[in-house]
Amino acid sequence: MAYTAGVDVGSTQTKAIVIDEAKRIVGRALIDTGANVVIAAEQAFAAALKSASVPEEEVEYVVGTGYGRYRVTFGNTQVTEISCHGRGAALMFPGTRTVLDMGGQDTKAIRVRPSGEIVDFCMNDKCAAGTGRFLGAASSALNIPLDQLGPTALRSERPVKISTTCTVFAESEVLSWLGKGKKIEDILQGVHQSIAARSIGLLRRVGVEEEITFTGGVARNIGMIEALQKGLNAKLNVSDDSHFMGALGAALFAMDHVRAGRAPASTGRPS
Amino acid sequence: MICTGGIDVGSTYAKAVILNEHGVILGHALNHTGFKLAEVANQVYQSAVADAGMAASDISYVVATGFGRHMVPFSDAQVTDLTASARGATYFFPGTRTILDVGGQTMKATRIDELARVKSFRLNDKCAAGTGAFLEKTARYMGYSTEEIGPLVATSKQQVAISGVCAVFAESEVINQLSLGSAPADIMHGAVASLVDRSVQLMKRVQMVPEFTLIGGILRFETMARVVREHLHAEVNVPPENLVQFVGALGAAILAQRRLQKLNQSAGDALLDHASIGEEDLKEIT
Repeated sequence: MAYTAGVDVGSTQTKAIVIDEAKRIVGRALIDTGANVVIAAEQAFAAALKSASVPEEEVEYVVGTGYGRYRVTFGNTQVTEISCHGRGAALMFPGTRTVLDMGGQDTKAIRVRPSGEIVDFCMNDKCAAGTGRFLGAASSALNIPLDQLGPTALRSERPVKISTTCTVFAESEVLSWLGKGKKIEDILQGVHQSIAARSIGLLRRVGVEEEITFTGGVARNIGMIEALQKGLNAKLNVSDDSHFMGALGAALFAMDHVRAGRAPASTGRPS
Repeated sequence: MICTGGIDVGSTYAKAVILNEHGVILGHALNHTGFKLAEVANQVYQSAVADAGMAASDISYVVATGFGRHMVPFSDAQVTDLTASARGATYFFPGTRTILDVGGQTMKATRIDELARVKSFRLNDKCAAGTGAFLEKTARYMGYSTEEIGPLVATSKQQVAISGVCAVFAESEVINQLSLGSAPADIMHGAVASLVDRSVQLMKRVQMVPEFTLIGGILRFETMARVVREHLHAEVNVPPENLVQFVGALGAAILAQRRLQKLNQSAGDALLDHASIGEEDLKEIT
């Protein structure tokens, strides 16, 4: 049995996935990236191998992705996270035509072909507004753990309108609403709506076509899923492995290499 | 003696100045703005009154300015920060035609005429990369407080290029630079330079003309003025260090004096001077 792995070194968290030849996920791991990117990649890979109970020598090919992909020192090659998210989403939800990837510091809207190939994409490369960091700012201002933000926001009846664009200023706006006596759930719902509005703007720039698959760490946030679905007036595909989608895509690219290596005469696109 | 008060409730600091009819600053005070604007406005006002050795009943007229100007319940009138700053800047430097005001959460460039009337302005209050918050964040990523920025950057030998595109993304940039062995002072210097880049862009958009006067809390850092000077290849005016944050509050107190004079005039012989500067400014009173 041949295995391949994908390691996605994100700005906030590092993810690793091990798959078998049938493209089934056999192991996964998620750790905080921290300051040392090289060590984070090594640790995530080791933890994924352990969870798969697969010895390292049986992994034939490793692809690195994410902003730290060139620091995956044991990786055989690198693929951009945009390609990987497209590929991973297409495997998980074959009807996917649009992918929204929301991570710690960036948000990407990606349009894909049925194969998962990229048609177009758009991302926030100049400004952290509308990314996971906006939620991080709200979390620290209100002293609420990240995983409680979504469930709390869903209790809101009268959401506050957040006017700040900049993530840095969002923290003071959140506190000023609190000072004015607004309920925490109403402030948080406003935060979710504001991020959703920016992401939808990004999606519209690449063109929204259903099905839409939501990936990245923020896809675990039920409040964000709801806010996006309401704003888009469409249902989103969300998997329990949403935040592993980039790593999964990387592992799939790695499997392409393994198969291409076995059939060197093949010139067509690896499936 | 006729005394007036000017209160500038800024995004980061609230400032108050007490002024007499001869234009002498009798007292001033500042405090972090926080979130209870009315409370902090009252507190800095009382402190400034005490600093002047007076009682609140000695003050005849109070004008409020700054983003929180409508939250000062005891003020007699409110003016925009641009109008107040123009008045304050020309108090120190009568030849001022372009003002750059760099505060904690805003950056403003204003062009004024010889009567200190606002002719053109541009402001950034949407993005932290163009404000003092950018320097504060950069310092914090390296473990320095806001107060340490000035001394730190003064020791820099050469600047490191910092893109200054986003105050959040700056974190990764700073960490990268530190891991490459760059000195914190040089990184801070680079952050100041990137802020100056943005300032000069804003000044160009108001068609800046000399004299240039720089005001606002960020001008406490000497390097800021020096880098602006190098960038513009021109002299720049900076008010005395202990008052550079009070220019808006001072301008408000000056406008309060003019308002009083005008009220007294109209109460007396109804001799209204329509060309007076006070009249122009009061149009902006909101």
